[in-house]
Amino acid sequence: MTTPLIVIAIYLALLLGLGLLSSRFFRGTSKDYFVASHSIGPVLLLMSVFGTTMTAFALVGSTGKSFERGIGVYGLMASSSALIHAACFFLIGIRLWVFGKKYGYVTQIQYFRDRFESNGIGYLLFPILILLVIPYLLIGIIGAGKTILPVTAGAFPELFPQTGGAVPEWLSGLVVCVIVLIYVFAGGSRAAAWANTFQTVVFMIMGVVAFVFISNSLGGLRNAAKIVLQTTDGGKLVQPYRLDPATKELVPNEPPKVIGMIRSGGHESAEGSSAQLPHQPHMTRTLATATFKKFDRKKKKPVMDSSGNPVLWHREYGIPPLMFLTYMFIPLSVGMFPHLFQHWLTAKSAKSFRLTLIAHPLCIMVVWVPCVLIGSWASGLLPAGIPPAAVLSVMLKQLVGNEILIGLLTAGILAAIMSSLDSQFHCMGTIFTNDIVLHIAGKDRFNDRQIVWLARVFTIGIVVLTYVLAMKSIDKNVFDLAIWCFTGFGSLTPIVIAALYWKRATKAGAYASVIATMGTWFYFFSASGYGGEYVLAGGVMPAAVCFAAGAMAMIFVSLITLPPTTVKKFFPV
Amino acid sequence: MVPTSQSKTGRKIITALVVVMAILHQDFWWWDNNTLVFGFMPIALAYHAIFSIAAACLWALAIKIAWPYHLERLADETDSSTASEKGG
Repeated sequence: MTTPLIVIAIYLALLLGLGLLSSRFFRGTSKDYFVASHSIGPVLLLMSVFGTTMTAFALVGSTGKSFERGIGVYGLMASSSALIHAACFFLIGIRLWVFGKKYGYVTQIQYFRDRFESNGIGYLLFPILILLVIPYLLIGIIGAGKTILPVTAGAFPELFPQTGGAVPEWLSGLVVCVIVLIYVFAGGSRAAAWANTFQTVVFMIMGVVAFVFISNSLGGLRNAAKIVLQTTDGGKLVQPYRLDPATKELVPNEPPKVIGMIRSGGHESAEGSSAQLPHQPHMTRTLATATFKKFDRKKKKPVMDSSGNPVLWHREYGIPPLMFLTYMFIPLSVGMFPHLFQHWLTAKSAKSFRLTLIAHPLCIMVVWVPCVLIGSWASGLLPAGIPPAAVLSVMLKQLVGNEILIGLLTAGILAAIMSSLDSQFHCMGTIFTNDIVLHIAGKDRFNDRQIVWLARVFTIGIVVLTYVLAMKSIDKNVFDLAIWCFTGFGSLTPIVIAALYWKRATKAGAYASVIATMGTWFYFFSASGYGGEYVLAGGVMPAAVCFAAGAMAMIFVSLITLPPTTVKKFFPV
Repeated sequence: MVPTSQSKTGRKIITALVVVMAILHQDFWWWDNNTLVFGFMPIALAYHAIFSIAAACLWALAIKIAWPYHLERLADETDSSTASEKGG
């Protein structure tokens, strides 16, 4: 399996070349490095914004989550984002761009400091923004490792015996980090915009191509729908088909292979009962719990406990209605992403946002619908215990015979991952340099060249830290980690909404909102085991509670504290 | 350029439509429905794909009837003072 690796290497070389080419247009100023001198037009802005928001979460995570919970994942994230992301761009992005252009802001913190007449709000927000971006960086590095591993299985048996010859996760993650750092360092925001455009085109095309080839391998779309995991009347979970590894054709399992048991609404169904079980649990949002036997892949038999009974694990299918409703707080996160803020500021004009407003929902649909379908189809073919982050790559490897195509499709996945990493790496350096170093030392203390290097050094530090954390968290669920990141940022949006639209919002209200939000966030994050899936009673997402805490703190404390003097500056009309 | 009053009416219309869309997003009527559209796409997935298209149309309408021209005028003004430093 070295051919896919060669294709991936060519893709990475092209990406690096494009990034280095963009450096020819680098004007050498810190303004050009951080916000591309406000020169980005509508197409590049769309590609940058969309590419940045679509990460490992969108391709690898969505497929894996659909494999776990079914097609409800699309409504959970994709269609809600279609409405709410664009609302944030319209209501928050354009306004912040205007103030950024008018008052010379390069970061969100500069805006908040000015709006709330407070240095301290910046020192409070800085570590929080860094802390919340780190899970987002983690999923990129983990996603890259999980993607490369299955497609390179057997390629280097002597070099990497522990992984069966596959390129190990530590090496994939390292290569991806280094390449992104090189082109971001070379060209700053402009390099990120150009690279994102290339990567977005690659991953969108390859996503559709992967979908077409996988569905063709399954005998077409109608046939693919038939292979999805099914339940029998007796509550058994069965895979009616298997893939013949030699011919790569679907062969019926006679009888269908039993892989687990399903319950409906928490009640165990008896053999022969007429309990209302979802026939194909992935194809609706009906709640059900499945039980599986833990399987030892090396010994090729179930794991037994000390009493000789099989060790069991559980999975929930479907979506609780309250979870579906409260998940709508998650897409609010784009209103506070520091790396998206930086992209917004690169816009040439307010009109540059228009294409993004219309096309962003459609682009999400083009990427997510195929991934969600592939994930549900995979339930009928792959072992239930496979790491969700590996589902897309394993489906590619097993169903697509052409190694060049596997390489191209894998490059597409990497493109989605790296299109977010570059913006996130870059924004870390930007906010450290502008909001900490220059704020304390003064802008005249350093020349442009020194400022750019300060940003680069801090970025390297964060990347090293994140890489180490990623290697320690390599088996964490990509989707779930991302949700924690989005929960944190989404919960902070009361601050930016109040800052932009409420004249009465005060500095004390902003402090209270940040503290209330992060206090509740950290409480729930620790309760989740630091990154696992976690919902409150009835399926309520922690994001809803954290957002409410932040909003109430902002409103209550603002009303009992002195009004700001910045109203005329930020509410001139 | 759209008159301010027309833009304000446009913003009210868009706000109402966003609320309606948010309610329609909670499509409890398709929750347990396992009908396949075109023989392969679960109806709930098809509905939400159409929802995404409807969202794009909504924002196209927002650009037409609720575009913040007053903010564009603000951005065109030449004041570009840097962020001020205030005590915290």
